[in-house]
Amino acid sequence: MSIHPIMQKLAEKFQRTDLPDFAPGDTIRVQVKIKEGDKERLQAFEGMVIATRKGPQGSFTVRKMSFGQGVERIFPYNSKVVDKIEKVRSYQVRRSKLFYLRGLRGKAARLREVERKIERPAAAKA
Amino acid sequence: MSVVGILGKKIGMTQVFDDAGLVHPVTVLKVGPCVITQLKTMQTDGYEAAQIGLVEFVKASKVNKAMTGHFAKSDVPPVREIREVELEYVAEGQEAAKAGDRITVEIFNESRFVDVIGNSKGRGFAGVIRRHGFGGGPKSHGHMFQVQGSIGASSFPSRVFPGQRMPGHMGTNQVTVRNLRIRGIDAEDNLLLVEGAVPGARDGYVLVSKAKTPPRERRGFAGAATKDALKASKKASAKKK
Repeated sequence: MSIHPIMQKLAEKFQRTDLPDFAPGDTIRVQVKIKEGDKERLQAFEGMVIATRKGPQGSFTVRKMSFGQGVERIFPYNSKVVDKIEKVRSYQVRRSKLFYLRGLRGKAARLREVERKIERPAAAKA
Repeated sequence: MSVVGILGKKIGMTQVFDDAGLVHPVTVLKVGPCVITQLKTMQTDGYEAAQIGLVEFVKASKVNKAMTGHFAKSDVPPVREIREVELEYVAEGQEAAKAGDRITVEIFNESRFVDVIGNSKGRGFAGVIRRHGFGGGPKSHGHMFQVQGSIGASSFPSRVFPGQRMPGHMGTNQVTVRNLRIRGIDAEDNLLLVEGAVPGARDGYVLVSKAKTPPRERRGFAGAATKDALKASKKASAKKK
């Protein structure tokens, strides 16, 4: 079913455009807004993007190792909790969902680093 | 504005994020613009109400003579869908509603909750489990699965009591959902975003009105518009002592 024109318009309105392009296999640093009482501060969550979901309600999954324990967080693209995203490095991967990394750790979980072309101009990075 | 409700169409569902970062499921409704096609008055009809119609393009040849005359009386373009809504109390000095008036989504500018009336999706001929939530029979050991079982005793009363829940047609009933929170108003595109689901299929007509019984003020819930009269009186009496 095609999207209703009104829904399309709404989706475009809510869509965030300030996030950089990244893909599964990238390591990114997500600056997460955390509210403590009246104050707001940023906390970084750095890890590998192991999955992305496209569409107006898309999200991405970031996985990191925290004290030997695997931790995954799912962020909606349009979430207001996400303040900023920095791309750290890219690795060569051959599939879009990297769930196989969950079963690997240490040396086995290494990937080959590549330089991935950014499809969108770097204007969005600022 | 002087009517409590407006006619619209269900467009679909999506999600929005609030300032706290929480996500809310919302239904997008395209409401209005509507016109008041007729005013029901105490003298002629025995009650006060406004008949409103959703402004849509309708071929003049598709409207029968009776309705053409009806619309011509109020000098409004022909509309396809007509509903009646209550009139709002009009303060002195304010203009009362009259036939031909335009109603837009802006009537909800100051409300926080709405009631939505729609026609539910048709389910066809449905069994008792789907239609009435029966438990069903055991799944194995030579049993039937989805049957209702007994529908009453035998020689007494020798009949089935009225109202016995049985399989039959389900859906396409009028359903009211109360107190849906307004999550956004787009006056430009006549859109209303309400939190939660709304009865009916996409493109189905819905009547959206200001909430009749909005949630009462709770402790620590300063944003509520209405006040609990009982609690307020208790508070006042306690202070006097």
